[in-house]
Amino acid sequence: MTDELQRKNVRLVRTLLLVAVVMFGFGFALVPLYDVLCKVTGLNGKVDTTAVKETGYQIDSNRELTVEFVTALNESAPMEFRAETPNLKVHPGQFYTVNFYAQNKTDKPMVAQAIPSISPGLAAEYFKKTECFCFTEQKFKPREGRIMPVRFVVDPKISPEYKTITLAYTFFDNTEKAEKQ
Amino acid sequence: MSAVIAPHDHEHDDHHDDHGPMKGWIRWIITTNHKDIGTLYLLFALAMFFVGGAMAMVIRAELFEPGLQFVNPQFFNSMTTMHALVMVFGAVMPAFVGLANWQIPMMIGAPDMALPRMNNMSFWMLVAGVLLLASTLFMEGGAPAAGWTLYPPLVLQTGAALPFAIFSVHLLGISSIMGAINIIATIFNMRAPAMTLMKMPLFVWTWLITAFLLIAIMPVFAGAVTMLLTDRFFDTSFFDAAGGGDPVLYQHIFWFFGHPEVYVMILPTFGVASTIIPVFARKPLFGYSSMVYATASIAFLSFIVWAHHMFLVGMPMAGELYFMYATMLIAIPTGVKVFNWTATMWKGAMTFETPMLFSIAFVVLFTMGGFTGLMMAVAPADFQYHDTYFIVAHFHYTLVPASVFILMAAGYFWLPKWTGHMYNEKIGKLHFWLSAISVNILFFPQHFLGLAGMPRRIPDYAVQFADWNMVSSIGGFIFGLSQLLFLYIVIDTIRGGTGEKVTDEVWEDAHKHSLEWTLPSPAPYHTFTTPPETVPSEHF
Ligand code: HEM
Ligand SMILES: [Cu+2]
Repeated sequence: MTDELQRKNVRLVRTLLLVAVVMFGFGFALVPLYDVLCKVTGLNGKVDTTAVKETGYQIDSNRELTVEFVTALNESAPMEFRAETPNLKVHPGQFYTVNFYAQNKTDKPMVAQAIPSISPGLAAEYFKKTECFCFTEQKFKPREGRIMPVRFVVDPKISPEYKTITLAYTFFDNTEKAEKQ
Repeated sequence: MSAVIAPHDHEHDDHHDDHGPMKGWIRWIITTNHKDIGTLYLLFALAMFFVGGAMAMVIRAELFEPGLQFVNPQFFNSMTTMHALVMVFGAVMPAFVGLANWQIPMMIGAPDMALPRMNNMSFWMLVAGVLLLASTLFMEGGAPAAGWTLYPPLVLQTGAALPFAIFSVHLLGISSIMGAINIIATIFNMRAPAMTLMKMPLFVWTWLITAFLLIAIMPVFAGAVTMLLTDRFFDTSFFDAAGGGDPVLYQHIFWFFGHPEVYVMILPTFGVASTIIPVFARKPLFGYSSMVYATASIAFLSFIVWAHHMFLVGMPMAGELYFMYATMLIAIPTGVKVFNWTATMWKGAMTFETPMLFSIAFVVLFTMGGFTGLMMAVAPADFQYHDTYFIVAHFHYTLVPASVFILMAAGYFWLPKWTGHMYNEKIGKLHFWLSAISVNILFFPQHFLGLAGMPRRIPDYAVQFADWNMVSSIGGFIFGLSQLLFLYIVIDTIRGGTGEKVTDEVWEDAHKHSLEWTLPSPAPYHTFTTPPETVPSEHF
């Protein structure tokens, strides 16, 4: 192999390796990109988990939407978890409180986190909560069960095409992770 | 076919090079010769084809009747997962790398691959990766069973095997990337001076484009599985909703890799088909430059359609529509190719030797797979097809009677050049007909099953699916057994075949199509140590 060819090969291999490394980084760059994209467009039904202030909205009593409540446990977490009402008819602009019940079914303390999701995803930005057990991790004593309220309002600006909104919570048992920290 | 050029005197072809192959088995470990490494890749791929095939036989045996007969559901799911991984990463991809190793230097008039030592390393890394993957079968908790897509959170429930499977993906990825870099360097830097880019055989073109795809996507897949690893062992939350992550993100990253990955398996297939069909139609390839451009457009489009695998994750309307139309666009360059192959055969003086039979079957049956792809590209329709046997039928039509048939065709086509012996045409034809008929008995009914609602990746099913599953399994067993004929033919040809003297061009006028047919048969250990002065031209 001539020196000339050797040099050409080395240069090309360097460039191509660089491309590979950049693409490896690109895979990781997709993580923040995805979050930003979802936040900007509201595509994936991720819900803002910070409380909004209880402001006065114009109540639109001519419109009525159904809000459904769905509860689930991740990887069969040892808990009981349900909504006290399966659904609620609401007027946009009016505040409502619904109660959820969760219980630790183990004899040990438990740290659990509820993750909300709203469907259809694009309705998420009009669904505002002033109070929710999903804002922070919940600590349970052994066997403790308690009622946890969620206070919410549907923004009257929501497009009329939405008639039903589903609010789903999944409880994750984070005890092990919490113990490690 | 008839002899046209008298065979060369082999002794004289070797003399300008100082050494031939090394003696003894150590040659196969440390070899840097492109032909040796090509052989290693091809034999390894063939072995994995039978390992993966055996897993498929377990799947079809279990699905022969409703109810659980032979294996438990966990093991069944391991089989579907491992079958796919072994076939994709152990059989189809290495087989094409093997072909590239043998053929690309001979087709472009180069003495070897550009980076022979890296070539050796990428082969052995592949072996290590596949062995590591296979070893997970014997681990506590069993081999990965969450599907070849390795979706979290399910895949995170894999037992001891998880980190090994992930490390194996890393090794396979590095091996593919090294192979791809080598191929690009060879094509860019080693061509005979007369071999301009637009004179390269299409097999070389398609591999060049595939190699770029590989470099772009394998690192992304490596990144995705690395995130799985840290989610499981280092408390990160890339895909863990409890920690603010999102499992849907994994699907986006995976399919950003996964969709181009299916084209990694099909583009070289297109290349081989475009190489074989003109020889047996005795015409130049129709629309050479449009083939090149079509390949490049397919490769480009493959990066912007990934979410057609995710129509059901709850994308908004705009996303569904975008991915639907973008996916449909792929049918255009693909259609160009199918029409070009057909036009190449049109009014050609065709003969139907085994490689041609497999190639024609490829054109017909791949088109079927393309059509079902188009059906699934229709987002609202895909709501019904997704994760049913319909999609299983789709991708098996695009992979088995397409990629695998073309690999068989390539074997029949080039074995005489590689070994200097002719294969047994009668058994070859028998192998073809058995394969072509049984592959349809195997996969066609799966369309019906899917449309009727049978989900994929389940060991048991409702009784209304019983009949077509039985038909499909019978087709599967015939197909599996028929492949033993191929094994027989390969061994037989290596050991002397029909005993017929093979000419240099092997197939009538093949030397007008591509350079390797101007070399002696079998191709000497070192070829084109001085570049050829002229190369075949597109029009003759
Ligand atoms: C005209 C071209 C094609 C179109 C429009 C197309 C379209 C699609 C669509 C929409 C899906 C997703 C179906 C679902 O999950 O519901 C799919 C799946 C798939 N396709 Fe294709 N496809 C095409 C060609 C190919 C080719 C050439 C290959 C491989 C060589 C291939 C391999 C696959 C595989 C492996 C899957 C399933 C992945 C999985 O979920 O495990 N397709 N295709
Ligand atoms: Cu795809």
